[in-house]
Amino acid sequence: TKLNTVKSPLSTTGETLTPYNDVTTYNNFYEFGTGKGDPSKNAWRLHTRPWTVSVDGLVKKPKTFDIDTLLKMRPMEERVYRHRCVEAWSMVIPWAGYSLSEFINQCEPLSSAKYVQFLSLDDPKQEPWINEVSLTWPYSEGLRMDEAMHPLTLLTFGLYGEVLPNQDGAPIRLVIPWKYGFKSVKSIVKVRFVDKQPHTAWNDAAPNEYGFYSNVNPNVDHPRWSQKTERRIGEPIWKQRRTTLMFNGYGDEVAKLYTGMDLRKNF
Amino acid sequence: MPNRAVVALKVLVHAACLAPVAWLLYHLAISQLGPDPTATVTFFTGRGTLRLLVLSLAVTPVRKLTPKLAWLIRFRRMLGLYAFFYACLHLMTYLWLYANFDVATMVDDITRRRYIMVGFAAWLLLFPLALTSTKWSIRKLGGKRWQILHRLAYLAAICGVVHYWWIVKPGVHTPFTITAVLALLLAARPALDYVSSRRRRPAMREA
Repeated sequence: TKLNTVKSPLSTTGETLTPYNDVTTYNNFYEFGTGKGDPSKNAWRLHTRPWTVSVDGLVKKPKTFDIDTLLKMRPMEERVYRHRCVEAWSMVIPWAGYSLSEFINQCEPLSSAKYVQFLSLDDPKQEPWINEVSLTWPYSEGLRMDEAMHPLTLLTFGLYGEVLPNQDGAPIRLVIPWKYGFKSVKSIVKVRFVDKQPHTAWNDAAPNEYGFYSNVNPNVDHPRWSQKTERRIGEPIWKQRRTTLMFNGYGDEVAKLYTGMDLRKNF
Repeated sequence: MPNRAVVALKVLVHAACLAPVAWLLYHLAISQLGPDPTATVTFFTGRGTLRLLVLSLAVTPVRKLTPKLAWLIRFRRMLGLYAFFYACLHLMTYLWLYANFDVATMVDDITRRRYIMVGFAAWLLLFPLALTSTKWSIRKLGGKRWQILHRLAYLAAICGVVHYWWIVKPGVHTPFTITAVLALLLAARPALDYVSSRRRRPAMREA
């Protein structure tokens, strides 16, 4: 299904887009299997209608948003972002959506809310692989309030001018371009405003490997591999390897969120 | 098994071991190795190494099941050498596509990353085995010593499997099958020795 989008000034320029076919067949979405090709084969099981996103926690009053309401809430923008996976591969994707801050304003969080937690759909009937993979379900991710309100943080409904294919996190997901991909939670059903740092799925699984912040940082290695370089998906084999940029190249916009913080400790 | 059949089978084994490499080179040439060709080549050569190594280790236990399978021994060296060949391709993949032949990167990896350490150790263990794979080496070393040296193949396989587990993310169980097969082979040796010693003992008493 087509989405009407307007070009965004926040788009990344000067990058070659990763082909649609690669963006939609090379995925990490463990609810549909752990192989890169598994989600595109298995995600047809996901029903994206009806779909609601419920909001609770430290808000004026809990609300539930229907996906069709969310699609029409703000003008849909096309945002081209670099996407860097913690596994050291990367893509360039034209997403469609609007800033998460627009949605958060509709949620009317209380001033006591310091973090936002996002929960993915947890339904073994549609996602049988949930029973086979040892992660804490539902998939949980979180952001500090200022990170969530940053204009680059995108509430995402589509890519390449179309609604998200199921394997890419349909019908609604986050995209946080300066953080490793696993922070960009897919198929969101619940948003919770809280005063303490929420638990997150990969941090639960291996706290020494996947931190809460998980900002893209070439100077802080993953315990098992280097993060200095990455492999660009869809490039010929001899041109795949490239240097990883601090904050995935979005430092001018986001570095100020972390002034005074030890990024080695808060990895 | 007649000699001619063994020769024919050897040709088949050569073809089976080389065909995947031909497939890989062809798809490399036409850029059809999927969205992440570097990862494709890495997993392809790594998995190939482990499979061939385990196959070569399976020869002796399978052969011991029945004397009829004694001819299998004539394939062991070949499988072992192909395992080393795939290990070299795998190492080359790392040197070129990951380290880009940069010495600083290699030193950093080999000293700080346990999965690279144990993977490199596996290759190092296979290297002297490949060097001493000739009949001349067996004569020179003496059968007993040669045999002890070549038990390193088991250690290399264990290192290879550990290397695999250490690179996958938590929650991923893809190395399970090869681990189970290797464990079975490791257990088979003492088990078969025990059975054959039980079989031999009464005969000895008669003598």
